[in-house]
Amino acid sequence: MTNIFSPEKLARVKELISHYPEGKQKSAILPVLHLAQDNSGGWLSTETMDYVAELLHILPVEVYEVATFYSMYNMKPVGKYVFEVCQTGPCMINGSDEIIQYIQDTLNIKVGETSSDGLFTLKTVECLGACGYAPMMQLGKFYREHLTKEKVDAIIAECRKISAANN
Amino acid sequence: MGRKLLLEKAQVEGIRNYDVYRREGGYRSVEKAFKEMSPDQITDEVKKSGLRGRGGAGFPAGMKWSFIAKPEGVPRHLVCNADESEPGTFKDRFLMEFIPHLLIEGLIVSSYALGSHLTYIYIRGEYSWIIDILETAIGEAKSNGWLGENILGTGFNLEIYIHRGAGAYICGEETALLESLEGKRGLPRIKPPFPAVKGVWDRPTVVNNVETLAAVVPIILMGGEEYAKIGVGKSTGTKLISACGNINKPGVYEIDMTISVEDFIYSDEYCGGIANGKKLKACIPGGSSVPILPANLLLKTAKGEKRIMNYESLSDGGFAKGSMMGSGGFIVLDEDQCVVKHTYTLARFYRHESCGQCSPCREGTGWMEKILKNIETGKGKMSDIDLLWDIQRRIEGNTICPLGDAAAWPVAAAIRHFRDEFEWHILNPEESQIRNYGLAHYADPLEPAVAAV
Amino acid sequence: MAEEKKLFKVTIDNITIEVEPGTTILNAARKIGGEVAPPAMCYYSTLKGSGGKCRTCLVEVAAGSTADPRPMPKLVASCRTNVMDGMIVKNITSEKALDARKGIVEFLLINHPLDCPICDQAGECYLQDLSYEHGEEGTRYEFKRRTFEKHDIGPYIQLHMTRCILCYRCVYVADQLTQKREHGILDRGDQSEIATYIHKALENDFIGNVIDVCPVGALTDKTFRFKNRVWFLKPQDAHRDCPKCSGRVTLWNRGDEVFRVTARKDQWGEVQEFICNECRFEKKKTADWVIEGPTRISRHSVISQGHYVDTVEPRETLPAVMGGRKPKLLMDINNVSEVNRPGIDLSEIQGPAHSMDFDSENIKP
Repeated sequence: MTNIFSPEKLARVKELISHYPEGKQKSAILPVLHLAQDNSGGWLSTETMDYVAELLHILPVEVYEVATFYSMYNMKPVGKYVFEVCQTGPCMINGSDEIIQYIQDTLNIKVGETSSDGLFTLKTVECLGACGYAPMMQLGKFYREHLTKEKVDAIIAECRKISAANN
Repeated sequence: MGRKLLLEKAQVEGIRNYDVYRREGGYRSVEKAFKEMSPDQITDEVKKSGLRGRGGAGFPAGMKWSFIAKPEGVPRHLVCNADESEPGTFKDRFLMEFIPHLLIEGLIVSSYALGSHLTYIYIRGEYSWIIDILETAIGEAKSNGWLGENILGTGFNLEIYIHRGAGAYICGEETALLESLEGKRGLPRIKPPFPAVKGVWDRPTVVNNVETLAAVVPIILMGGEEYAKIGVGKSTGTKLISACGNINKPGVYEIDMTISVEDFIYSDEYCGGIANGKKLKACIPGGSSVPILPANLLLKTAKGEKRIMNYESLSDGGFAKGSMMGSGGFIVLDEDQCVVKHTYTLARFYRHESCGQCSPCREGTGWMEKILKNIETGKGKMSDIDLLWDIQRRIEGNTICPLGDAAAWPVAAAIRHFRDEFEWHILNPEESQIRNYGLAHYADPLEPAVAAV
Repeated sequence: MAEEKKLFKVTIDNITIEVEPGTTILNAARKIGGEVAPPAMCYYSTLKGSGGKCRTCLVEVAAGSTADPRPMPKLVASCRTNVMDGMIVKNITSEKALDARKGIVEFLLINHPLDCPICDQAGECYLQDLSYEHGEEGTRYEFKRRTFEKHDIGPYIQLHMTRCILCYRCVYVADQLTQKREHGILDRGDQSEIATYIHKALENDFIGNVIDVCPVGALTDKTFRFKNRVWFLKPQDAHRDCPKCSGRVTLWNRGDEVFRVTARKDQWGEVQEFICNECRFEKKKTADWVIEGPTRISRHSVISQGHYVDTVEPRETLPAVMGGRKPKLLMDINNVSEVNRPGIDLSEIQGPAHSMDFDSENIKP
């Protein structure tokens, strides 16, 4: 088995498995998949999932079943920055539709698409539990709340800046 | 000013940190419970308190605890349900984000009462920064001797781990949550057996909501009977309400369950009235699954009494003329909102979140979404309304888990109370694309109830 | 000393029987037989964990038990609910259950392609039977039906995902009969599908059994694909010495030609003994087999079509169920026929019946 994870990550996997009783290492699949996704550009390839199956001593199909069930795992490559904009009731009544439209127009992509420079992916998601701070989106680890067109512009500029600085 | 038990200290600077939390009296309930009480006594106090599950179903927590099976040699587990995903609900997030130690404290006492040496917090995957906050809090609690081996010299061992979900509303259903904790797809189990007998890894398990477990702390400190004196009837203690929608002050509020819905919406202490000087049209008082009510039925019950923010009053009138406390997700719609569109977004939500295991929910939620989309976009037919009614009727009660009901109720209530708005949409396909139906008569005073003879 | 087992009394559709504790309502109803047994699209008695998903077997529990005679608030899945002593269950006597079942049939059909004319399962399809017996005429669904990307799962098994009702039986077969499951349910909600994710052929000696457990035409035998309609074939019980399985099968012949091989099924459509791929897919010559005789086929099945003398008559239970009342839908023949007046028992007439037999003087009072 070729290692996709660094020794530090493998140690983290070992620790995650230790949170569960002996022989119940399958329980660690969700956290390990999160780790794997963060490790491989924000999505899960078949190779990555097979690797996770080997780490947890389970069948590959068990990993595929789980990975495709949960909406946070991306089964296709995504941009560097994924805008996950909530569109459920409470966000909708606070104008999430306009925000989604604005992002589509600004980045010239449709929902589900990635911008041609590979920087941005736009996804619509269902309720993220920030209804009082609507409209909102998730960007990486954090929520961006009370969105306005100006805020969206600022977020896009911020992402571009960070990306440019890292290159 | 209502009494605060959970969020009393939420505004204290640095309360997220152990030192401040402890200085403000934190972890006293653990000391009291471990030194002065037996596990059964704790359960008794929780029973006496009348605390009802704060996740949505409102099942008495103490009773749930007393159901846990105690077979010889089989470990038991407590699992904290932090998979808060019900649209309109963001109270647990607030609690975990701002006073994480309150939850940890509640978990320690509850684990001791239930005999769980391995307790999990199942948190929705999107709350990723809160996981860090909780992990820090757990680390602090551990290094100060509240977790680990032989806690306070009692011989009781406890570890708390966080299990991160990955985006699935259905995992808020307790058996789906347990499946997910076992590393599987979040498919609800068929009950019986109940988790109290066969839960995670077939071991007896209790699953409680974040707020429920946090409430154990004041219950232990003040005693169950004292706690039960707060509130009214079977709505004891305080309840966190997350208010959102078209109000001036969206946010999380702790109420004792004696204030009226009207006060809650219009007083400056809470929602601060409808935003932008608009009028109240409708409200979903307990998270997206519970029936939506027009303004007139929301503020007063069908009997003409003031509606109060508690379990009994909110459900007064049954589904025909009432709603539910649910998870406390309070969604307010002003006169400019379109009930058809709002219902459509909820139907889309439930279609997206259906696990697909049983046929009425898998097929029915998608069908309802499609019909509602047609009506919303001006392609509806009059017969669609009755068809929608029939579909929701045949989903409700016929599914494995309550997601089917949760998907059916909002549609049913919207048709029940806002049928004329649906009809207007259908009869005015072009106009409905430009403007909304508006307030109509939804805030008109109710006809006075006929006195019972 | 063996303790005498206490049996539970359960009444289903007015018929009371005694069953062992731990029996499900569905299995108790199957003991009574006939129409009293609720339809089951996902439950499979030999597959652990199956059942509860399709919701076609929902029944009303009018009384929980003698100890707690309260009715259950919701309809329950009879395949996953155990009987209690003194339980009273209503299946075909419950309007609520029948209405719910109509709804389930409609739900199962809204995204079904209804391609029965080109489906190899036609004639032995449980969804066809279910729709015929419990469904309503017409559909109210006006949207495009769901489609899926096609997956090739190898040379033996044909997967038509559009026909699938997600009973999960094939997943349980792979889990419980084979060493290494290669397919599963992917995605969720109405996008759920059976697939391998990696477009891989299913390979295992016993994987062919997924064809037999599939209630619809989602998984069919590729070696039989489009070869014939099942009702033109003659099923015969046969066996051979097989090192892998029992070798006891049903051959589907036309003349001497073996068109396909399946496992033998019981009256509820469940496989009695699972068979191996070699028996199923490779042994297509009559000479490979020892023929035992015609397979017993239910009289109601389109496959029986009058070809066979040895058909099984289903037990007619309606009068007992209806508490002596006659079913409304059936015509009272005495009202419309002079021939079948009360008092004439056709079975007692010696030889062919003549008009003379119906003369009033011959009629017993």
